[in-house]
Amino acid sequence: MATEFHNLQELRHSASLATKVFIQRDYSDGTICKFQTKFPAELDSRIERSLFEETVKTLNCCYAEAEKIGGQSYLEGCLACATAYIVFLCMETRYEKILKKISMYIQEQNEKIYAPRGLLLTDPIERGMRVIEISIFEDSGSTSSSSTGSPSSGTAQ
Amino acid sequence: MSAVMITRKVSRKWEKLPGKNTFCCDGRVMMARQKGVFYLTLFLIIGTCSLFFAFECPYLAVHLSPAIPVFAVLLFVFVVAMLLRTSFSDPGVLPRALPEEANFIEMEIEAANGNVMAGQRPPPRIKNVQINNQIVKLKYCYTCKIFRPPRASHCSICDNCVDRFDHHCPWVGNCVGKRNYRYFYLFTLSLSLLTIYIFAFDIVHVVLRSVDSGFLSTIKETPGTVLEVLVCFFTLWSVVGLTGFHTYLISLNQTTNEDIKGSWSGKNRVQNPYSHKNIIKNCCEVLCGPNYPSVLDRRGLMLEDSTSPAPPAASAASTHKSSNPVSQTTKSSAPLILNEHTPDEAKPSIGAGPQKSTSSPKEEKPPSPTSPNAVAPAVIKESAH
Repeated sequence: MATEFHNLQELRHSASLATKVFIQRDYSDGTICKFQTKFPAELDSRIERSLFEETVKTLNCCYAEAEKIGGQSYLEGCLACATAYIVFLCMETRYEKILKKISMYIQEQNEKIYAPRGLLLTDPIERGMRVIEISIFEDSGSTSSSSTGSPSSGTAQ
Repeated sequence: MSAVMITRKVSRKWEKLPGKNTFCCDGRVMMARQKGVFYLTLFLIIGTCSLFFAFECPYLAVHLSPAIPVFAVLLFVFVVAMLLRTSFSDPGVLPRALPEEANFIEMEIEAANGNVMAGQRPPPRIKNVQINNQIVKLKYCYTCKIFRPPRASHCSICDNCVDRFDHHCPWVGNCVGKRNYRYFYLFTLSLSLLTIYIFAFDIVHVVLRSVDSGFLSTIKETPGTVLEVLVCFFTLWSVVGLTGFHTYLISLNQTTNEDIKGSWSGKNRVQNPYSHKNIIKNCCEVLCGPNYPSVLDRRGLMLEDSTSPAPPAASAASTHKSSNPVSQTTKSSAPLILNEHTPDEAKPSIGAGPQKSTSSPKEEKPPSPTSPNAVAPAVIKESAH
């Protein structure tokens, strides 16, 4: 973790942050976690629309799967209730497992697609699941493509 | 020329969180500031059950069945577990917007409002979204600098926006929101059962014993019974009523907040867009839905660069920063006195939230929906102010 942070600092120093774009939540389907797929104007020259939409749609799918109310969530809920929820002290919930998957996906997207274009995605969980923050760096031939996903120095919990 | 030490202090994020919560166990436990009524709740439950185990259970185990105390123990453990889970967990607090996000939203609002003539009041900050073919208004929170998601509300006691805000419950010492509503409901339900159970078996015990030795001598032998009956009698009405009320709310997929405000009632108003129009489905969603994780990173590590040689007092250094290492260059000169007002002078220019002064109680008497604040606010030193 320390080395990744160090590389990100380098990215930040060599390619200065121009601006940030925030993709807001889409509440048309209720309170489930879903982000708008509307393509922001600031990214127009930086990335192809299809790539961006693909990323957001995949994230939306993952969140929808995490929040799905079906057989598995019932089972988890009933089992946990029967043990007075003590089982959650040792077991990871399904939602947390999917969040880990999402975090890996964002990291991978940053490495492969966004960092080479001078962009950086921030995991929504670090912004209270309110927005997807996209940092736009000035094009200074940066591409230190060893940049990774989360810019925070903390361990997400 | 004095040497300046650059120290890196590692702290956890909960120490710098805005809002009026108390944190314990290095950020694992999160509660409201006023905990007096919570201690009362705990005392009543543990006290009454102890009396029951001491006075009634030996007699009932022998004369009726040993299953009676066993079931009582299980129920008691479940009640306490649910209470602690409700009280100690994050109700679904939404973290405040960082400065860049806040500015972005401000720019969007200004763009949407267009030109406001000087002297004219700017229009209220409301966003309309369509959910399930109903128009729902999202309000802007001036404290947290965000547009509140649907069903979220700002708790004035805890000074946080809480997702799917139900109410602030002084009896559990915490807000009840998306993440801990089911524990709260199970707590009231199991407490109702426990109260009825103890009450019923108290009566049974008194009757059985009176048959043998007379009523007065029964009371003399087991004086705890009177106390238990009193507590249970008064608790019964309130807790069973509350459980019934929340069962009604769950079946309609409503929150207490929405019910009190009358958001979905009345002909002219919007119908509840979150209800599945099916009682079973609504209950399943609320009680058996997924367990949402906390989005408030309490135990994350934060590095701070401090250029002052003074000892870093964690509580006095409560600036507004909840983001990554931005070096504090402001507190270099003055000797660091552990004075509550020091941080006001040393406030950096990024205004992440104007309300967060240090532990001086500004709005210490907020209106509480259920019962008045019984105990004076306890000042907890390890809290995040």
